[in-house]
Order: sequence, then C-alpha cells, then structure tokens
Amino acid sequence: MQQAIRKIQSRTVVMPSTNIDTDQIIPARFLTTTTKEGLGKQLFADWRYDAGGAPKPDFILNQPAAAGCQVLIAGRNFGCGSSREHAPWALLDYGFKAVISTEIADIFRSNSLKNGLLPIVVDEATHGWLLSNPGSEITVDLETNAVTLPTGVAVKFEVEAFARFCLLNGIDELGYLLKQSEAIARHEQRHA
Amino acid sequence: MNASTHSQAAGPAAGKTLFEKVWEQHEVVPETVDTPAVLYIDLHLVHEVTSPQAFSLLRAEGLKVRRLDRTLATMDHSTPTDPDEVFGRIPIKVESAARQVRELEKNARDFGVELLGLDSDQRGIVHIIGPEQGATQPGKTIVCGDSHTATHGAFGALAFGIGTTEVGHVLATQCLLQRRPKTMAVEVGGRLPAGVTAKDLILAIIGKIGVGGGTGYVIEYRGSAIEALSMDERMTVCNMSIEAGARAGMVAPDATTFTYLKGRRMAPQGAEWDRAVARWQRLRTDPGARFDKVVPFDAHMIEPMITYGTNPGMVVPITGSVPVRDNDAVHAKALAYMGLSGGERLIGKPIQVVFVGSCTNGRLSDLQLAASVLQGRKVAKGVRALIVPGSQQIKREAEALGLAKIFTDAGAEWRESGCSMCLGMNGDLVDKGQYSVSTSNRNFEGRQGIGARTLLVSPATAAAAAITGRVTDPRDFLAPSPSVVNA
Ligand code: SF4
Repeated sequence: MQQAIRKIQSRTVVMPSTNIDTDQIIPARFLTTTTKEGLGKQLFADWRYDAGGAPKPDFILNQPAAAGCQVLIAGRNFGCGSSREHAPWALLDYGFKAVISTEIADIFRSNSLKNGLLPIVVDEATHGWLLSNPGSEITVDLETNAVTLPTGVAVKFEVEAFARFCLLNGIDELGYLLKQSEAIARHEQRHA
Repeated sequence: MNASTHSQAAGPAAGKTLFEKVWEQHEVVPETVDTPAVLYIDLHLVHEVTSPQAFSLLRAEGLKVRRLDRTLATMDHSTPTDPDEVFGRIPIKVESAARQVRELEKNARDFGVELLGLDSDQRGIVHIIGPEQGATQPGKTIVCGDSHTATHGAFGALAFGIGTTEVGHVLATQCLLQRRPKTMAVEVGGRLPAGVTAKDLILAIIGKIGVGGGTGYVIEYRGSAIEALSMDERMTVCNMSIEAGARAGMVAPDATTFTYLKGRRMAPQGAEWDRAVARWQRLRTDPGARFDKVVPFDAHMIEPMITYGTNPGMVVPITGSVPVRDNDAVHAKALAYMGLSGGERLIGKPIQVVFVGSCTNGRLSDLQLAASVLQGRKVAKGVRALIVPGSQQIKREAEALGLAKIFTDAGAEWRESGCSMCLGMNGDLVDKGQYSVSTSNRNFEGRQGIGARTLLVSPATAAAAAITGRVTDPRDFLAPSPSVVNA
C-alpha cells in the first residue's frame, strides 16, 4: 500500500546535464543490496563524493541551497540506461518527490510511477525557465495536472491516467492485477 | 499480391506490423483511456540483482509464483568470473555480491523457480541463455528486470526490460500493465561491407537517431542488410535498442531463426515444431502496415565504429576524429571525463584494457571473430585483455574449437561466463583514467569502474587494439593483405 500523492510544494534543484543515466543516479556497485532502504546516501555517488568519500563542494546536492528540496529539474532524457529500480528508490530515499525534464526515459518513468516519484515532462520554454531559475519555489499538483511557477504561470503536464489514479488514491497496481485473475486464467486456457 | 485497385475509402483495412500481431495475441484485457492493457508474459527471466525486493514483496503479501514453467532464473551480473570463486574453492570476494547470489539461491528454492545456478553448466548471461536454451521463441512476450532484454526481439519476440516492482507483478500474475508503444521501422538497405560487423551497424544507428530518439517506440529492424544477418548478429543489433531509448527491438523470424532454434532443449519438438513454424511464419509485418516512424539507412556507408564520449550515441567511424562542438557543455563534460579533445584522431590512441564479452558480443561468433584477429599474435605489453564467454556452454564450445587456447597463447585472460567488465559490480574493473576498448554496450561514466574510460567497439576492433595497444582499424588485421599505410 502506497501513500497517496496530491501536491508537492518545494524549491528546485537544477542538474542541467542531458542524458543523465541510471549509472550516474546510482552506480552499479551499490546494486548488490537486497532491500530498498538507505540508497539515498549513494544517490549520484560518483558526482557527489571524492575518492575518499568526502562530499565534493561544487556538486549541487552538497550545497546548502539543495537542502530539503523535493523537486529535481534535469536535462533532457533523464534516467536513460539500465532498468534498475534502485534509481527511483535512491531519489526517493534522498527526499526527491518529483523530477522535471523535457524527456524522461521509458523504464525509469514507469519505475518512478510505481514508487510515488513523479516524472514530469514539460515543454522547452518552461524547462528553459526552470533551468535558469534554480531554487525557485514551485508547486506540482497531480490533481490539476499542473506545475505552477513563482511567476504565477501554471503549466499543464500529463501523467498516464491509470498511474495517476493509483497515485492519487494510494492504490498499488499489484492489487489491480491480482483482481484480473479470472481473465488471466481464461487467456491461459485459450493459448494453452 | 492482389493487383486490383481499390479506392482508398473502400480499401481493405491496413495490414498489421509484427509488433501489433504479437501485442494483440497477448492482450488479456485491452487498454482503455483510463486503464493500460493487461499484457500476458510468456517467459520471465530472473537474475540476482533486480529480483530480491520482488521476492520480498511476494513473501510479504503471501503470494506464490503463478507460472513456474514460464520462469527461469540465472546468475550473471554480480557473479564473479574467476573459476576459484565460481566453483567455491575460495569465497566470492565482493561480499555484498556473495549475499545477493545466496539470496537468489534461497528465493529460487523457497518459491520453486528453476535456477541455472553458479555450478550449472547451462548458466550464463540471462540474454544469452534464453536463446541458447531455445526458451526465446518468435511471437513470445519476454521480460526480465534488465534493460537489454530487447536482445530476444531478434527472434521476433516482444521482449523488454522491466523494473523490480514489475518483476513482482509478473511473478505473481504472469502479467504486466502496459500502454501500447509506438512503432518505428529502421530500414537497412544494402549489405555491410567486409570488416564491418553488426555492432558497428547498431552503433551507427544509435549515432543517427540519438540516445533518446527511440523513446516510446518499439523498433522493427528490416531490410536486406538485416535479413542477411545471422541470429548472433541480429541479437547484437536488438540488444542495443535500449541505447537509442527504445524499449524493444524486433526482427521478423525467418529460415535463419528457425534453423537456429531447431533441436534446442526448450524449443518445440516433433509435430509441435512443424505447427510452431507454421505459426511463426505469419509473424511478419503485412504489406501496407503503417509504422509511426520510418528511418532509412544504407549499410554500404557504414564503417567500423567507436565511441568517444559517455553515451553510446557519441560515436564516430574509427577513421574519424572526436567532433568539435563549441558551446556544448554536455560535449565538453564528456570529453573532459574521457580525456579527449575535439578534433583529435582516435586511431593510434594508447589503451590499457580490452574487454571482449557481454550480452552484446559474448556469443561464440564474437569470440571466433576476436580469435581470428588474435591467432598467432600477442597482446601488447602493458595491455590487460579479458575475454569472457557469455555462457558456460559458449565457454565449452570455444574451448573445444581451440579459441580459448588462441586467447591464452596470445596472453589474454579467459574466464567463466558472466557480465564481468560490462558493469563494475562483480570485481572485474577498469582502473581510474584507463582507456578500455570494450565490446559491451554502455560507455557511461563509471560503468566499468570509477573513472574508467570506455570506448565501445566490435570484437574485431577490440582484438586489434589488444595487439597494438592502441585504437586500431580492425580491417588492417582482417584484410587478406595488409592495407597501405594511411597518408
Ligand atoms: S552483460 Fe552487461 S548489459 Fe548485458 S545483462 Fe550483463 S550487465 Fe547487463
């Protein structure tokens, strides 16, 4: 059972690089875990820490302005690469609740929705504004499907209808699938 | 062919694409505006990295695996390739990896899942053993918690990677909730020139459509150059579909496909085989079927390719130079990581590591190609060459054919099967700052180890680099006579 998600209000953290892949979000050597918890410490590990494990001061998440931010603004094609669900787990465990870009990779998007991390795709102009105004206080509202900028401009976004319904109501998809068992059994008989 | 002319409006309904045929045969419940389709999964491949949390979910909910006969597990990602570790003569060095291996053993035992475990002679990289065992078949839906599941599309299956939550869904219900993706045809006309491989072809395709160019699409690779490919080569092409952002890649099954599958352990046998082939022959895109997007390509134009950056779309012909792109921060960041500058020629660049293996290029024909270059030659001083078969079966075949001896005589390391240096989680690592010429599929920052600099190539190009210790045009070694020195 997931918690319902309706509205996120937060300052933004900006990572403008395009094609940020899941190997950057969480490097492979941390995938040997057998639970979901605690991955936030390793989020962006190779960009965040030096060889000795000390935080690199110039990396955005190590700067005071990033503390408590729940919305990540990222360059185009965020989350490409491997199917590791550890990527949204790490982002959520760190404290992020939404990622905004102009393009979000398929598997990452689907993994995010299943864990309550909102993958939001906006138009170039909005994205450009968000990239050049780091730390802006914005609202991401899943009920109205809109991102509201501090300028008052509200920008619509789309989330796949069923995933949205599940997120708003805290329903998990496995429960829905389990209820289809008769239809599944019929399909199995037809194709035996 | 029906030669009569119909008016547009009165004409027959447009034909279906290969993808549409497979999709529609697996819709348990079709999609609506409000709900995604419930899609039936014929084959679920499981490995140690993306499954533990899914089995935990089943335990927590008191659920069983719905179809054990459609579920097959193996170990590859965090599994070591050193025979002493694999066969338990010494403990697995990466301790967290050892835990994960034990966890899959326990989960497979508790839930009754067939596991090709550490000591199985059929174990291997998950995308290599599916086809090898004959479990991968045309028209099937195939999933695995791994993005390179697209590999199996080479057989005309609809195969794609899923996350761990979805692994749990498939274990419990044999189904997934899916929206129907769009379709893209990549039409490759002509023939690949001598010395140019399927790996070069897919790198060139990714270079053209870009690492996000396929997002939201299932690609069907078509055309004379694709039809001429062997199954191993088709798998190499489909494998990297995800590197263009596409979830799946497919090739229509044909005589090449059927010949490959016939007689394999899990393939249909006897009269069932004939019925299956009759069914499979219908799995072609109908004339007149529409794709959402069509990308034409000319195989004649393709050269051996090499990546220079930190994603597979940053790729050039091996005879080329690193592109110059002013005012491009992403390009600059990638080049800084790679220690390269715009305008620099790649041929002649000293390298330290060579890796031949992975689900992209760890099959027998890949090893044969590498061996044809390495035969009677030596790995250059100061170069570490690691050659890792994609499965234990390939390992045995390569040893029987004398390939392993060619490699070890040349001074390369020969290992047990696994993902190995494709990703830095099993102990096979490239050191910081080293250049690794690799037949794997991802050159992301840190993929082969912290600070590792990966240059993606074909097995021929990798083997040529091993000999010279530099980035080398493989045609210099494959050509019947040595080529004239470049002016
Ligand atoms: S060889 Fe590499 S890409 Fe293939 S399954 Fe293993 S880790 Fe993934």
